[in-house]
Amino acid sequence: MISQIFILSSKGDHLIYKDFRGEASKDSINVFYEMVTALSGDQPPVVMTHKDLHFIHIRQGGLYLVASTKTNPSPFTIIEFLNRLAALTKDYCGSLSEKSVRMNFALIYELLDEMVDFGYIQTTSTDMLKNFIQTEAVTSKPFSLFDLSNVGLFGAETQQSKVAPSVAASRPIMSSRGEQGGKNEIFVDVIERLSVVMGSKGVLMKADIQGEIRIKCFLPSCSEMRIGLNEELNIGKSQLKGYSSAVCVDECRFHQAVNLDEFDTFRILKVCPSQGEQTVMQYQLCDELPCPPPFQLFPSVEKDYVNRVLIFLKLRCDLPPKSTALNVSVTVPVPKGAISMSQELSSPDQTAELQPKNKALLWEIPRFPGGAQLSALFKVDVPGLSSASLLEVGPVSMSFELPKQTCTGLQIRFLRLSPTQTGLSQRWVRYVTHSDSYTIH
Amino acid sequence: MPYFGSEETVKELKRALSNPNVQADRLRYKNYITRVIRYMTQGLDVSSLFMDMVKASATVDIVQKKLVYLYMCTYASDKPDLALLAINTLRKDCADPNPMVRGLALRNMCNFRMPGISEYIEQPIVAGLRDKASYVRRVAVMGCAKMQSLQPNIEIDPSIVNELYALLRDPDPVVVVNCLRALEEILKDEGGVVINKPIAHHLLNRMKDLDSWGQSEVLTFLLRYRPRSDDELFDILSLLDAFLQSAHAHVAVATLRLFLHLAATHPAVQADALQHTSSPLLTMCGSISRELRFAGLCHVQQVMRSQPGLFAPHYKRFFCAYSEPSYIKFRKMEILVELVNDENVTLVLEELRSYCTDVSPELAQVAIAAIGRIARTYSEKCLNILTGLLALKQEHITSAVIQTFRDLVWFCPQSTAAVCQTVEACVDCTQDSEAKQALLWLLGEHGERISSAPYVLEVYIDGLKTELSSSVKMELLTAAVKMFLCRPAETQDMLGRLLHHCIEEESDMCVRDRALLYHRLLQRGVEQTRKVVMGPKSDPSMSVLTGHQQEPVSQWVSNFNTLGPLSAQDLCFQTPLIALPEQPSNNAEEELLPVSKDVSPFIPTDDQEELNLYLGPPLSHEAFERTWLDLEVQHRETLSYTRPRITPDALQAALQLAKIQTLAFTPGDTLPWKAYLYTRGNRTLILAELLWEDPDIEGSLVVTVKQQPPNQHALRGFVSTLSSVLQTLDIDS
Repeated sequence: MISQIFILSSKGDHLIYKDFRGEASKDSINVFYEMVTALSGDQPPVVMTHKDLHFIHIRQGGLYLVASTKTNPSPFTIIEFLNRLAALTKDYCGSLSEKSVRMNFALIYELLDEMVDFGYIQTTSTDMLKNFIQTEAVTSKPFSLFDLSNVGLFGAETQQSKVAPSVAASRPIMSSRGEQGGKNEIFVDVIERLSVVMGSKGVLMKADIQGEIRIKCFLPSCSEMRIGLNEELNIGKSQLKGYSSAVCVDECRFHQAVNLDEFDTFRILKVCPSQGEQTVMQYQLCDELPCPPPFQLFPSVEKDYVNRVLIFLKLRCDLPPKSTALNVSVTVPVPKGAISMSQELSSPDQTAELQPKNKALLWEIPRFPGGAQLSALFKVDVPGLSSASLLEVGPVSMSFELPKQTCTGLQIRFLRLSPTQTGLSQRWVRYVTHSDSYTIH
Repeated sequence: MPYFGSEETVKELKRALSNPNVQADRLRYKNYITRVIRYMTQGLDVSSLFMDMVKASATVDIVQKKLVYLYMCTYASDKPDLALLAINTLRKDCADPNPMVRGLALRNMCNFRMPGISEYIEQPIVAGLRDKASYVRRVAVMGCAKMQSLQPNIEIDPSIVNELYALLRDPDPVVVVNCLRALEEILKDEGGVVINKPIAHHLLNRMKDLDSWGQSEVLTFLLRYRPRSDDELFDILSLLDAFLQSAHAHVAVATLRLFLHLAATHPAVQADALQHTSSPLLTMCGSISRELRFAGLCHVQQVMRSQPGLFAPHYKRFFCAYSEPSYIKFRKMEILVELVNDENVTLVLEELRSYCTDVSPELAQVAIAAIGRIARTYSEKCLNILTGLLALKQEHITSAVIQTFRDLVWFCPQSTAAVCQTVEACVDCTQDSEAKQALLWLLGEHGERISSAPYVLEVYIDGLKTELSSSVKMELLTAAVKMFLCRPAETQDMLGRLLHHCIEEESDMCVRDRALLYHRLLQRGVEQTRKVVMGPKSDPSMSVLTGHQQEPVSQWVSNFNTLGPLSAQDLCFQTPLIALPEQPSNNAEEELLPVSKDVSPFIPTDDQEELNLYLGPPLSHEAFERTWLDLEVQHRETLSYTRPRITPDALQAALQLAKIQTLAFTPGDTLPWKAYLYTRGNRTLILAELLWEDPDIEGSLVVTVKQQPPNQHALRGFVSTLSSVLQTLDIDS
């Protein structure tokens, strides 16, 4: 059972504090903050103990969400509960940040009051909670040029407005009573996280994809929704793969509310989404990549003068020509003691900088169209360079985002709400692939 | 944190809250109340506003009510007399037609932590238990537990207990789970809620209606239930089978724990359950939430203690992502070391090799140590990698490699030749004292195989004045003496200089003493010195050859799905193979002591020789039983202690410290409680039984001792050791 729950900002300000059992002193917040800031990077911070009080915490959105307990509970329960608390806060306040928590603290107290009683978790489902939550969320709307750009010339609707802006889903679920009342939207997101390790000659050493289908529902009440996935979807490694264009995943897992009656034959998920965000399906694929890896790197490293290393990188994006990778960043470790760097990049929107603290250089490419090839030359000055120092260059790691793209090829064929649904509702399907870890040796 | 000028702020709030103009304006009033709560959260003492807040509780606005209740619950214990004023409003709300208002009022009234509240809340709670709204029943059930905790010494009301047991059949799932929780708290002194067969099966049948939190909680309560027959057991297991694959990590893990617990006598079923849960566990290890990932990894480590092969095919899942924090990377490396096999060793080593050049020196060192541990099985491949790393000439890498070499030579002597060849290369760039010690140990121990060894030592001896670390100096002394024994001609002169410096000029007492010891030892002659100084050159227990022991599931299952595996202290329990054998270098003193006792003729072997208990080779259960039955009782005594009230693991560890091995004991609180122990001492084997039958009589622990061959002196020593251990435990608990 949970003794206390508190939320701290990264600077240690108390944002939320609720004591459920009165068995631990209020001072424990400060004790926790001292302990967590005193830890060195390699000590596991998740569970910490002070006298007979255990602190379990998660970090999200720059906040510490902490539960303290005097018993020895299941760590999974507490961690998942804290994750759920973070997700609900995000649902109700639009986003999870120090600012949103500060502005909505009354709402979060209300949530906590219903979620936990005397240290025992009561309920965390949005369907139940929405009956009890009375406070309206407060959001700050920063002025943004982006809003203006959506209005076309002479106020006409342009092609652009067919695409939901990326911030559209980050608003509180409850605000629909207010001025935004007309927006009955459902977002279905297919999100994949890719982790790849490539050998020096482009050999794939490890490839994992973790994917999930997430629904974010703003409808106050929603009848059954049918989500059709690719008909040719193989689950499990054992099945024979012919030359068909079948999509394969190793295993998948569903939210307990998903009705799988039609899944085996038609690959249709039936679900009654409740308000807020929920993960309907999780799947993963290990050790193989159905598409070519999105990036190939051709590096060459040589010693120039006495104290200079030349790093020449050629990076090719193997996505289909229509797609684009965004926010590509490449991190290359450089020899210890590197002091300065000069670079030759192929276009002005790219940037590169040397980070002596991390012993690395960072090359950033905001947009990278499919099929393109970019190259860059870095000259790094390293006083006291030895031939052994060249071995310190590498492995290269990359991070990027592939919008409108799934690596497994999993697609949503259709999204149908049952006909009884009243009121106009907008349905959005979005795909994105994030790099979890992309390393090239 | 208290704010500067906080008194002013409180005064201002007080003025505003009592201002009739503000009270009339609903929005402004609520705004001020919100500010009070905000200051309360920040740690400001706003308890002096209690009166004004009580007034604010009489409102129809539910949000305002909730805020005021939150305030009142926080300060009720400081201002009990004022809080009583609010009780009336709350009791009135408990009869409100709106179930939400009823529940809210009841819950908050029960949350007032002040003496004397129970007489006011008892009646609303009892009414709440029979409320037709499930929301109110949930609150009322928890209220029973709160009432009990407010006055822990008062007699338990049997009618409430009965009512709660009856409510286990409530149609609302949350009420059912809350009943379990409340009963558990109320009946804490009697061992918690009773799970008999009808209740267990009722709960099992309700599992599907519960939400995931309820499921994992009920699964934990079911740990207490023992099925009567195998048929019943398998019925239960098949009912729960689906939950092993639950999408919620906490449910899957709780189910696994229950499986392992119920099927304790069916190892095949346990293995099957572990196999089934491996995929949810792996999913947790790749979860977005890094905290969940960490918890998953820690539990994978637990499972691997019994089934090291289970995760071997999935080794790639434990490769580190570069964005992960180091505490996760460390765990992953520990797992990688454990699951290496012939198929994956090449790729695992390649992966670990790439971590060795990581930006973080700690990470690099851990990776090198991990390769060193794999080297105990796959020496050649690993030695190539380690030697390659030396070429980088990075200080922290070289340091870690040398330390790894030292451990490797100690654990697997067959790699000595290869290590001796490469060790000369890293002599120049050893800077930190840990690395120096390791290098000196290698030089001293295997000086005859390293041709340049004396010259390296000479460099160190010449630089002695600038050396700061005393442990390096002590290691240098030991190395020089050992070197002198195998290569006297080259070393004699420098050893003389070293001893002279350490005895005459050294200010550190430990170093001086060590030097004096060697000086006197050498005076007694080379042979004597050799006997004392030359210990075993490799791990005498040959832990590498005996291989990794697969532990039975029962070793760790009691800890499974608790905080235990996640906290740092547990780490040393998990890697006993690495932690247990003494590190060769740092314990020169200990190397000396046992041998010197045998050699030195000065200590007369007394008739009343001292009793040294030792464990010796482990005794199997069968062997113990046979010997026990064969032997006569040598001694029986009733000790004035109760049964140690600590966990079995702690008892075992405590006895082990006194060199007494625990063979078996009755689990939990079952009576009669028994424990079987054995130990060896003065050439005799001692077997003992601890028996504790009657909990009512204080100090009725009966110890029965059998011995082979009989030795009264050893027996007396054993009983006194045992009683001192029990005494310590008695005080501790």
